[in-house]
Amino acid sequence: MKRLSILDNEKCVGCQSCMFACARRTGQGGLAESRIGIRSEGGIEHGFVVVVCRACEQPQCCKVCPTDALVPKKGGGVSFHPDRCIGCELCVKACPIGAVFWDDEIKKPMICIACGYCVKYCPCSVIALEEIPERAVVEVENA
Amino acid sequence: MLDNDTISRILYVDLTKRRIWTEERADLFDEYIGGSGVGIRLLQEECPEGADPLGPENPIILTVGPLTGLFPLASKTTAFFKSPHTGNLGESHSGGRSATSIRLAGYGAMVIRGVSETPVYISIHDNEAFIRDASALWGMHSSFTVGRIIRDYEPGAGIRTIMRIGIAGEKKISYACVSMESYRHFGRLGLGAVFGSKKLKAIVISGRHSIPVANKKEYLKVYDNIFQAAMEKPTKKYRELGTSENILPLNELGGLPTRNLRQAKFESAHRISGEKFAEDYLGRRVACSHCPVGCIHLAALRQPYRDEPYFYKTSMIPYDYEPIYALGPMLGISEIPDLLKLLEIIEAYGMDCMSTGVILAWATEAMEKRLISTKETMGIKLLWGDYKCYIDAVENIIEQPNDFYKALTKGVDYSAKIYGGDDFALAFGGNEMPGYHTGPAAHAGFLAGARHSHLDNAGYSIDQKTIINESISSQELAKMLLKEEQWRQILSSLVVCFFARGIYTPEIVLDALRMTGFDLSIDELNLVGRKILTEKNKFKFREGFNPEELRIPKRILETISPTGYLEEEYIKDTVKAFMDAVMLEPESAIPKIV
Repeated sequence: MKRLSILDNEKCVGCQSCMFACARRTGQGGLAESRIGIRSEGGIEHGFVVVVCRACEQPQCCKVCPTDALVPKKGGGVSFHPDRCIGCELCVKACPIGAVFWDDEIKKPMICIACGYCVKYCPCSVIALEEIPERAVVEVENA
Repeated sequence: MLDNDTISRILYVDLTKRRIWTEERADLFDEYIGGSGVGIRLLQEECPEGADPLGPENPIILTVGPLTGLFPLASKTTAFFKSPHTGNLGESHSGGRSATSIRLAGYGAMVIRGVSETPVYISIHDNEAFIRDASALWGMHSSFTVGRIIRDYEPGAGIRTIMRIGIAGEKKISYACVSMESYRHFGRLGLGAVFGSKKLKAIVISGRHSIPVANKKEYLKVYDNIFQAAMEKPTKKYRELGTSENILPLNELGGLPTRNLRQAKFESAHRISGEKFAEDYLGRRVACSHCPVGCIHLAALRQPYRDEPYFYKTSMIPYDYEPIYALGPMLGISEIPDLLKLLEIIEAYGMDCMSTGVILAWATEAMEKRLISTKETMGIKLLWGDYKCYIDAVENIIEQPNDFYKALTKGVDYSAKIYGGDDFALAFGGNEMPGYHTGPAAHAGFLAGARHSHLDNAGYSIDQKTIINESISSQELAKMLLKEEQWRQILSSLVVCFFARGIYTPEIVLDALRMTGFDLSIDELNLVGRKILTEKNKFKFREGFNPEELRIPKRILETISPTGYLEEEYIKDTVKAFMDAVMLEPESAIPKIV
């Protein structure tokens, strides 16, 4: 099981190359499809934070999904079933990290799938694709 | 240009009528690409002949390019306006997140017309745009504070730009700048004063649109080529020490203007070098959006409070070659903390630090030569190296308690006209001198360049690469300057950062442009560059520019440069040859130039 890890956000220069890389996977420019975010930590003088899915063991986004469109993936992270999604945006509100991004064009969530494409473009080795130990699938209680 | 690309959509804001609308202008972008090309054409459309730079008829035009948001380092916004500083073409470039934000909000350009009766700021988030009340922000001295407040009040963290002015812009100081993301600026030629004249305190823009490409596979390939190149050697110096790396080599060469260019070598250069800054003060390195180079260097300055034991503040202050030159050697300041304290206040008030440094240097020499006395300066003794007197002088430039400081708010040309000393008033075409006394090409370049900026045609580079080794005719030099300035029109129309000029070769530019639906040959591309340069100069001539009236400060002839003493006639001949050639019909000129 892989996940995107943040090695040291203090090294982040805020170039946002990772954000553009994530969107570029789909073969287009801009940021509409990006599932990773870089913003300042309350002003650029304080550096930057990297906002991306950390593949929680008990994903809060899944807990609140009323239609099981978001379900925990075996070993960590989430799978998304767009056919079940009703676009309620509860998952976006539930994630305290802010790592559920929203596709405004189709009104569906976008969450990092740990493909690692962005890692190649980070000039400062802030992020890495990391192997995490297999974890048991967690039964999700419906809230 | 691709049909479904929003690059050709222009957002218009009329502050007088309080109206906002968009217009589709594929005609402009098809012919002039974006950035500088579209900017100068919009300025010609919007700015009537003889317009008052601080009147409602002077527009603010912001443009980006088709590569912005698609390729790395296409991250500049170009601003066009009539300059209140020179009374002529105003063009300034800035990075931060400005370009990607404008582009990804779905626009290729913004045009701001008119003047608001009350203080406002403009708020744009994707397709929504508002003119908001800024009464609570008006009168705020520090541009940092304005940014901090809007940051908390508006959405779009991480995908927005917040352009704002400090008190200098409100007070219409003719070299007031516009700051964004705290550390980047539309620095030169006084856009901040134009904001102030419109009662416009800030613009916030955010967006995260997608941008179409002509061929997905090919796009990824071209992208990777550019990205790889950006991570390699040509940008290493910008990444590591930043532009301040140039302090020592230029000093060694004898091209670092010192104490109002009475010398071109600073005996304390090693104390304010890029190396010294990095060792003792570099607190953080940051980047513009979509630029893996990250050349922005922030110094961390820890200062104690004098009246309270164990109370400190730590400020982050951006430094680069030019601010160090203008506030260090130029004023004889040899201690980094002193230089940073002066820079910090200039940054906060939102003044162009290059112009400010040159003006203070002139005033110091004018005081030495008894052209002015403490009567004019209201008791301040201007002394080389004394940062405190310069901070006091900056406070007075803001407050303008008498005619002398009122004159200083209009630049060194204006001040020298009143108080004398134009032999050592270091401005070219009305714009204060950058930090290069490298030889005749630098100075001819400042004079002939469309913006009177060292970045127009990089004459300093020709000095160091060519003239230092061999003498060339003024005709030959004019051709070289023109060729470079012409190519830079392409780069600034793509809004590619000039630091990436080594990466964006003509072949790469054509490849990248093809991905955005521009199918051009190299000849066609060069023709666009040439046309843009001609259009800029047409605007300048329309507004009364006369190359024969360009003043060459005697000082540059008195102080030896790395190429030896400069000859006035040679510089004049070069400028004349440049101006004669630049106004030829672009179509006929192109084959001869390239």
